[in-house]
Amino acid sequence: MPLPFRLKFPAAVALNVIVPIQTNLAMTSDNLVEIQDLNFAYASSPARPILKGINMAIPRGKVIAIMGGSGCGKTTLLRLIGGSIRPTSGLVSVAGQVVHELDSDGLYRLRRKMGMLFQFGALFTDLTVFDNIAFQMREHTDLPEAVIRDLVLMKLHAVGLRGTQHLTPSELSGGMARRVALARCVALDPMLIMYDEPFAGLDPISLGVIGNLIRRLTDALGATSIVVTHDVQESLKIVDYVYFISEGVIVAQGTPAEMKVSTAPFVHQFVHGEDDGPVPFHYSAPPYAADLGIADGSARA
Amino acid sequence: MLKSKRVDISVRRVGHKIIEAIWRLGYASRFFALILLKSGPSFLRLHLTIREIYFSGVLSLIIILVSGLFVGMVLGLQGYETLQKYGSEEAVGTLVALSLVRELGPVVAALLFASRAGSAITAEIGLMKATEQLAAMEMMAVDPIARVVAPRFWAGVFSMPLLAAMFSAMGVFGGYLVAVVLIGVDEGSFWSQMQNSVDVQKDIVNGIIKSFVFGIAVTAIALFEGYDAAPTAEGVSGATTRTVVTASLAILGLDFVLTAFMFSGVG
Repeated sequence: MPLPFRLKFPAAVALNVIVPIQTNLAMTSDNLVEIQDLNFAYASSPARPILKGINMAIPRGKVIAIMGGSGCGKTTLLRLIGGSIRPTSGLVSVAGQVVHELDSDGLYRLRRKMGMLFQFGALFTDLTVFDNIAFQMREHTDLPEAVIRDLVLMKLHAVGLRGTQHLTPSELSGGMARRVALARCVALDPMLIMYDEPFAGLDPISLGVIGNLIRRLTDALGATSIVVTHDVQESLKIVDYVYFISEGVIVAQGTPAEMKVSTAPFVHQFVHGEDDGPVPFHYSAPPYAADLGIADGSARA
Repeated sequence: MLKSKRVDISVRRVGHKIIEAIWRLGYASRFFALILLKSGPSFLRLHLTIREIYFSGVLSLIIILVSGLFVGMVLGLQGYETLQKYGSEEAVGTLVALSLVRELGPVVAALLFASRAGSAITAEIGLMKATEQLAAMEMMAVDPIARVVAPRFWAGVFSMPLLAAMFSAMGVFGGYLVAVVLIGVDEGSFWSQMQNSVDVQKDIVNGIIKSFVFGIAVTAIALFEGYDAAPTAEGVSGATTRTVVTASLAILGLDFVLTAFMFSGVG
């Protein structure tokens, strides 16, 4: 008997029969996300732009990393793609729709096809693990509860946490909470998944698990993933393409292999974790000697 | 020169505070209008509202009932002490009932509701914001105003009159315990004078209207403060404090206005 609804992803993941899609960035012609001449500054400080003239093309089916130091505008870029904030100028288009031109209904329709993993999971603390994952299914579909139960268990199995469905978020470790949040953000099989610092604060095992899940889920769903991170080693293992952002501009881009051997000063400093370089060790300050009162060669009285 | 510069800075600061306060009032009004506009899910999916009635209303019952009992007992004691000087101690039932139904029931219950449920609502919404739960909901194409805020609002509005009624009922019982059981006022006089003096329309209905208005004010303030809280520990604690202070002042101010409209000229 045919199922009364479509099961696209969960069965494949649940049965561990995922075959990673072999991808080559140049071969993909259509882009799911396109960013053109994007500028953004908060209204309260227009003189200090966060993003300056960003151009990006994110092809379907790829895992793209956006890297850069803290406060360089990575998360702001994700918020612009998700439509949480409006660009000062330029545009972001997702699946051919210019995000900031959509009305609230249009934006919500688009967001139903997106998933976002927040830095610390952002699980609903008053709901169990099961209810967290079932949340979107109950809100946006009329699926019977029995079907929702099966789907939730499949999602949990995909992230290796079937059996935790009755726990509350406070009973989960940091890594487990991140995996549950990952299961929740793919609950409706989104076309675009955004990850905001998915590796932050995780132990090495959880880090590897989350990295592999991002790759596997993206491939299994045929989705597109944007990973905002500053974890170089883990992300270079799983992504197809990397953008480096510093002070609101793209300073380098390329495949992980290209980035590993790049001699560009910023990329080299970032990839190898050097403490000084284009990103200086010292915060901007008056000359040290002047601050100590020995600028003229004599100690302050 | 220096003095005029200081005055200039002070005037600017005052002006800035006033503009900020007006801006915030406008933002709060828009927020309130949005709650009303997006209240559909609160009624279509009643379980959301019922769940919040449990948290705001049912869990406030203990403090409301115990406080009501003690307030009624104090009224009975004080009322008897005063009325016996004029030889009309049988009227203590009237005094207790009218004081509670007209004023103390709605006002004290609302103050307790603001302290217990209002602060909890603000802290919960503020923490949901600080931990990005509201942002996550928006990214899931679920409107947090419709899903989180509106059910809590209607739960507060429905709970408040019921809590005030229970406060008054418990208060009357407390007054009965002290005046009749402990002091020995005639039971028949206590109840019959109360029945003769308390008018359904002028006293009970007006009391219910008051508590309904207080419910709107307290819950709207609590929700707004939580939603507008800075997403930090300090921001949430500040918002919780503001909820209790602002809601208490709003209750007392509104009580005066409503009393002036309802009871001026009432014998």
